[in-house]
Amino acid sequence: MPDYQWPDPEHRTLIGKRVARVDSPDKVSGQARYTYDIKRPGMLFGKMLRSPYAHCKVVSIDISAAEQMPGVKAIEIVQKQGSTIHWAGDEVVAVAAVDESTAADAIRAIKVKYQKLSHLVTDNEPPPGAGEGQGPMSWDDLSDMLDNQVPENQIVSQLQQYGVSFKATEDDLKGAKEEGVPDAVIDAIRKAPVHPDAAGKTKSNYQKAATQTQGEVDKAFSEADAVSEGLYGAPVITHCCMESHGSTSEWTDPDHLFVHISTQNVSGIAGQMAEPLKIPAANIRVHQDHVGGGFGSKFGPDRWGIVTAALSKKAGGMPVRLMLERASELQVAGARPSAFARVKVGAKQDGTLLVWQSQSWGTGGPGGGGMPPIPYCFAVPNQRKEHTAIRNNIGPARAWRAPNHPQAAVLTMCALEDVAAKLNMDPYEFFLKNIELTKLPNVYREEFPIAAELIGWKEKWRPRGQNISGNIARGVGLSLHTWGGRGHGSDCDLSIHPDGSVDIKMGTQDIGTGTRTCIAVVAADALGLQVDAIKLYIGDTQYPPSGGSGGSTTPGGVSSSTRRAVVDARDALFAKVAPVLNAQPDDLEAKDGTVRVKSDHGHSLSWKEACSKIGATPITCHGHNDQAAGKNKPDLTNSGVGGVQMAQVEVDTDTGIVTMKKMVAVQDCGLIIDVKMAESSVLGALIMGISYALFEEKIMDPITGRMLNADMEFYRLAGLNDIPELKVHMMTGKGYDERGVIGLGEPPAVSPGAAISNAVANALGVRVPFLPITPDKVLAAMRQSSAQKAGA
Amino acid sequence: MRDDDSIQQGPREPVEDRSGVSRRDFLKISTIAAAVPVVAGPRVVMAAGQEVRVHGPGKVPVELSVNGKKYKASLEPRVTLLDALRDSWDITGAKRVCDKAECGACTVLLDDKPVYACSILAIEVQGTKITTVESLMEDGKLHPIQQAFVDNDGSQCGFCTPGFVVACKALLDRHPDPTPEDLRHELSGNVCRCGTYAGIRAAIAQIARKGA
Repeated sequence: MPDYQWPDPEHRTLIGKRVARVDSPDKVSGQARYTYDIKRPGMLFGKMLRSPYAHCKVVSIDISAAEQMPGVKAIEIVQKQGSTIHWAGDEVVAVAAVDESTAADAIRAIKVKYQKLSHLVTDNEPPPGAGEGQGPMSWDDLSDMLDNQVPENQIVSQLQQYGVSFKATEDDLKGAKEEGVPDAVIDAIRKAPVHPDAAGKTKSNYQKAATQTQGEVDKAFSEADAVSEGLYGAPVITHCCMESHGSTSEWTDPDHLFVHISTQNVSGIAGQMAEPLKIPAANIRVHQDHVGGGFGSKFGPDRWGIVTAALSKKAGGMPVRLMLERASELQVAGARPSAFARVKVGAKQDGTLLVWQSQSWGTGGPGGGGMPPIPYCFAVPNQRKEHTAIRNNIGPARAWRAPNHPQAAVLTMCALEDVAAKLNMDPYEFFLKNIELTKLPNVYREEFPIAAELIGWKEKWRPRGQNISGNIARGVGLSLHTWGGRGHGSDCDLSIHPDGSVDIKMGTQDIGTGTRTCIAVVAADALGLQVDAIKLYIGDTQYPPSGGSGGSTTPGGVSSSTRRAVVDARDALFAKVAPVLNAQPDDLEAKDGTVRVKSDHGHSLSWKEACSKIGATPITCHGHNDQAAGKNKPDLTNSGVGGVQMAQVEVDTDTGIVTMKKMVAVQDCGLIIDVKMAESSVLGALIMGISYALFEEKIMDPITGRMLNADMEFYRLAGLNDIPELKVHMMTGKGYDERGVIGLGEPPAVSPGAAISNAVANALGVRVPFLPITPDKVLAAMRQSSAQKAGA
Repeated sequence: MRDDDSIQQGPREPVEDRSGVSRRDFLKISTIAAAVPVVAGPRVVMAAGQEVRVHGPGKVPVELSVNGKKYKASLEPRVTLLDALRDSWDITGAKRVCDKAECGACTVLLDDKPVYACSILAIEVQGTKITTVESLMEDGKLHPIQQAFVDNDGSQCGFCTPGFVVACKALLDRHPDPTPEDLRHELSGNVCRCGTYAGIRAAIAQIARKGA
């Protein structure tokens, strides 16, 4: 039985060490090729005409002038006359032309008439009584959900839960199938209960979910020594990937498509393009070397990806590149749902948490959205929760690093910090007092003192509002978080060649998290080589499939499949080499560029010599990690991590400007393959967190229904000067390593908003309710607080 | 960023009647040019009391000196330096991100000064020395600042990295031992989404110590 288990610390040469990112030299020298950099022979340039209105009907489209312009090669109407458009910036007509400026001119020559409809683009607290239960679904609701790229399983579950307001005939369903409605949805329509009386009713924008209750809420509040009530929230933010979404598509023959696409999901793209393009997935080749950021927004081909392929088809198969312009990237290619809540928390004098009550709301765009997982991490014994999802016209939501967790952390950790303040308790003591309510009490108990030491919590923490000198208020705050992170399904082909070279083929992608490095470290460690001896081929559907890079599933997936492949290949090599060394295969080891007898290091062959014994055909082994946890024996990946973060801020009480002074993160992620990459991930998450805590918000104009800050000047990202001293401590060694490999992209991005908000509250003595904590909000919170004090 | 003093700007004032070219004339010129062969030489008009060469519309010959080599193309005058580099000559190190001088991903050197290539027309930088990230390596060896980015993991997705590398090179050329204030000023024009600032700061510190 091959020994797939991760080597113990004494037998690791590279795993758990600090190895430099293997594709760094390509990136720093400008050699790394991204989808945006791909230029195919004869390539045409695509441009999109987008709706100026947030909610409207397309009355007419006149493309005649554009069609006649020299250099225009294809025009594709994306949403035909009569279509209803649900957000500004939605795709209407696409053009491909010989160069970009000709395409832009053609777009300007297209005349579209719209009938404006009333829109809602805000996500303010729902007016009392506005929330309605979701009624039975109409055909329109269904087409909207399909148009809005609502996930199939979500549509199916709503159909099962709420039924439909129409009776669908088999002909209707056949038509729907021809239009590309997935089979699962058609099946769900067929089985859904029919409520014809619900037809024709106008749906509310406010969809209220059933109240969730556990324990005895009212009794618990009456027994609480301190009750704190507050308002908390995080707005819609956008992903703002540096490389915008987009692709280059070309038909290599009438049935075969070649796609370069900016994606987090190389192996999964062809399957998603097959149905709309009506060709088998196997006829679609997808390729990507590097991707300029995704953060959860790049899992599908998107409507514009399908349109790009359609333009190419119309242009006789010529390659067409269509990358989103920056404004569109911010308007339509990614938004994190908002979440706000009125929260009431009760606790005993000793800090014991008793009860949680919340009325929350938020928007995920046209689809509404769900309640974030609150109370977050802490299973408060008594709870009453109501949530209203706001369906509005801001454009569809997408997964954003740790979907729903950062919002849940803000709603929860800030509310808990407030009740701790009411009890005059140090939140450090308060959170630890209740740590048994979390799923990982031992992890947090180890992490808390480390984080406190790194930031100097004991010296820096003062009760609220008691560290103000002149116009500078100083404070510290903390938050904790959790995530799953089990490895996804992954397949790997690893070859050892007779010349000593080693290559790996895997249809994964490196989204900047160090996936290439992770694979190379795992392989090189097992073969006793350095990482540069491993040649990596990733990012192509011609290689064995590997899961999309989302949910922190990549490190566990690719490391497990690589480990299995490399152990098998190494053992096969040992079997060939053993007779030469007069030893048994089990007595051999691959170390320091040699294959040698474990008990007699002098008895060895150089790596190259050893490989020369392979014969003419390379050793190729396949490694597989199953998506289902139970199917992997042994299991090399795991799930469930904890992290603690602490922030130190200064707030200028005259200007309301928050300055970060220091931030620390202590994080567990099981066995760490490369400490350097892991630390970079956490540092990046802290920086991204500072950015959304202090600066980021997708600002919608209620009058025009458009995004007001769809550029990088007014959609402000943190710059180098906004970032203070950062400290990262990764939990390693006993209790962590033996758990196996767990992903890290999401967890450290969860806590920054809550930790920073808590630090600001600690500094000012008053809560600034919503992120981003901009100067206007700071000053407003201070004014409101002094008005209340004056009134009291 | 800091490109304002590096380029000879055209007249900034709105063109008035005395300049000799009115909006109406300009439209006429456009019409004429549209009817002549695609590549045409500039037409000279009087603007603000000076002779001004009017290029285009339509394609005009453009010749640029990039990384010590001459590149020629026939481009519309509205084509930016960034798009010329990327789409005409496949020099793709400088990235197109915001396309309006907000993020720094397209940073190149123009006569050794860092500029946003997305906000300069290709036609206006003929005769100047353009340096892109591709030319920093010598004999297959990374430039010290590039090596420092590798050592300190100054890139994640890497899309902003070429712009940062070029901006850092310009910073270190001007301030071999930069103060925090120098860093604040010189790198305030570049933005990263993945959050690599800690690595970039460490990279600069490494170089500054070595005095490279």
